[in-house]
Amino acid sequence: MQEPKKRPPPANVAGRWALIGLVVVAVAAAFAYVGGWLTPSRLTPKRLVNALQASGGEHPGFRRNHAKGICVGGYFEASGALARYSSSPLFAAGRTPVVGRLALPGGNPYAADSSVPIRSFALRFDLADGEQWRTGMNAMPVFPVSTPQAFYDLTVATGPDPATGKPDPEKAKAFFMSHPEAGAFLGWIKTAKPAASYVDETYQSINAFYLRDANGERHAVRWKVVPETPATGDGGPAAGDTDYLDADLTRRLAQGPVRWHLQMVLAAPGDPVDDATKAWPDDRQTVDAGVVVIDSAQPQANGPCRDVNYDPTILPRGIEISGDPIVVARSAAYAVSYLRRTGEEGHLPGTAHPKEDQR
Amino acid sequence: MSRVDTFHPFARVLHWLMSIMILTMLFVGAGMVTSVEAKHEWLLSIHRPLGITIFVLALIRLGFRLTHPAPPLPADMPEWQKLAAHGSHWMLYGLMILMPLIGWGMLSAGNYPVTLWSGFQLPPILPAGPALYAWLREAHRYLAWLFFLTFLAHMGAALMHGLIRRDGVLPSMTGGSND
Repeated sequence: MQEPKKRPPPANVAGRWALIGLVVVAVAAAFAYVGGWLTPSRLTPKRLVNALQASGGEHPGFRRNHAKGICVGGYFEASGALARYSSSPLFAAGRTPVVGRLALPGGNPYAADSSVPIRSFALRFDLADGEQWRTGMNAMPVFPVSTPQAFYDLTVATGPDPATGKPDPEKAKAFFMSHPEAGAFLGWIKTAKPAASYVDETYQSINAFYLRDANGERHAVRWKVVPETPATGDGGPAAGDTDYLDADLTRRLAQGPVRWHLQMVLAAPGDPVDDATKAWPDDRQTVDAGVVVIDSAQPQANGPCRDVNYDPTILPRGIEISGDPIVVARSAAYAVSYLRRTGEEGHLPGTAHPKEDQR
Repeated sequence: MSRVDTFHPFARVLHWLMSIMILTMLFVGAGMVTSVEAKHEWLLSIHRPLGITIFVLALIRLGFRLTHPAPPLPADMPEWQKLAAHGSHWMLYGLMILMPLIGWGMLSAGNYPVTLWSGFQLPPILPAGPALYAWLREAHRYLAWLFFLTFLAHMGAALMHGLIRRDGVLPSMTGGSND
């Protein structure tokens, strides 16, 4: 046993206790500040997802956005043409398996296919070395807003009014009046029609990224997958048919795989890489990186895409995020959505059960 | 100098180094899960390699601690305080080792690549599964809280030893003298 080195009590014991208390409280307060508890107005991933959830309704077990969709599987056959722009082994000529998901934007998994004129395509490329590339693309040319805060404000402005339960057109109008950057998107969507098929749509990354080549040079890009399937025109579904997209896809896959070309669009100097509301001119250099071949589909309830978070910041070496703030916000918000739906799927205490369990 | 009333110099270096790393880790974690801006991404890129570094250092530290006993606590300390001291120390050791493992296991269960830096992944240590992911993700959150509160108690107790009792406990880790 150590000899007690007890000393007489120090002068000003109260002051010393106060000092200790002050240090402990200061550290706790700094932690609370960093964690956002002292700044309730801060836009957190949770608030972003809460806004989406208020808009789409409560659907336990489903994604909080792009809730309605179907799993697809196949592979990517790289042409090798992109290898000089990106060091990723994904782009050297060869085949890489993909797990994909075709979906509708919005938080309602029971929405009619015709309720929105946009479709989305998410892909996960599983590289042989254990790396992954995940991307979520939309069949539209630009994003309505450039910042996470504006996206939150847009979701709230076009979502149901807490008082009436219905969207308030005045609020949406006020939002668009104060957000002129949404002009390009509004101009496009005015004439956009809900496509009758997933397979003849062009899906775009919209957000910019960087490719990094073997010499360490980086190249700003946006990408798109362009269908080989010719446009099927306006032959819309029968009246009252709300789930025609899955049926169309299944029918086409029964006849053979469907293919898209992964095209990388290289920015010219001066093209915005941090603003998804601005399209790049059509004449930009485009490299055909290879073909995405989809040969199978499964319902999302038990398909391989169900438990995939298509977080656009999960990138192999050779692809990097840009300064586009929407990309990081998507990553942060998808993580919250993923925890909520996996928690519901896993029946964690305090979570709502997925609907199929309530029967 | 390896006096019987102080920790071994190697243990002291590890203690202070890891205290900075762990405190940084807790703040990085709290910041990254509550932000949507660019800092979300760079905090995340610090979190994983730093966590694995803490894990490796914690194993070394545990091995060293088991072979090099800590200086005894002052004999006149009340029994409950000794119990709290020993309990919180083993709690801290447990969390230093468990938290990185849960983080690693959680990413494995979510079928995420466990990327430490661009192009370098750790292998998965658990099978993929949504329920497992959600349990581990929530455990990571609540144990982080426990970690932070245990750290506050540890720091408060150390200051109490140094400022109020003025016994040999704080100098045993600072290497200074209380004379």
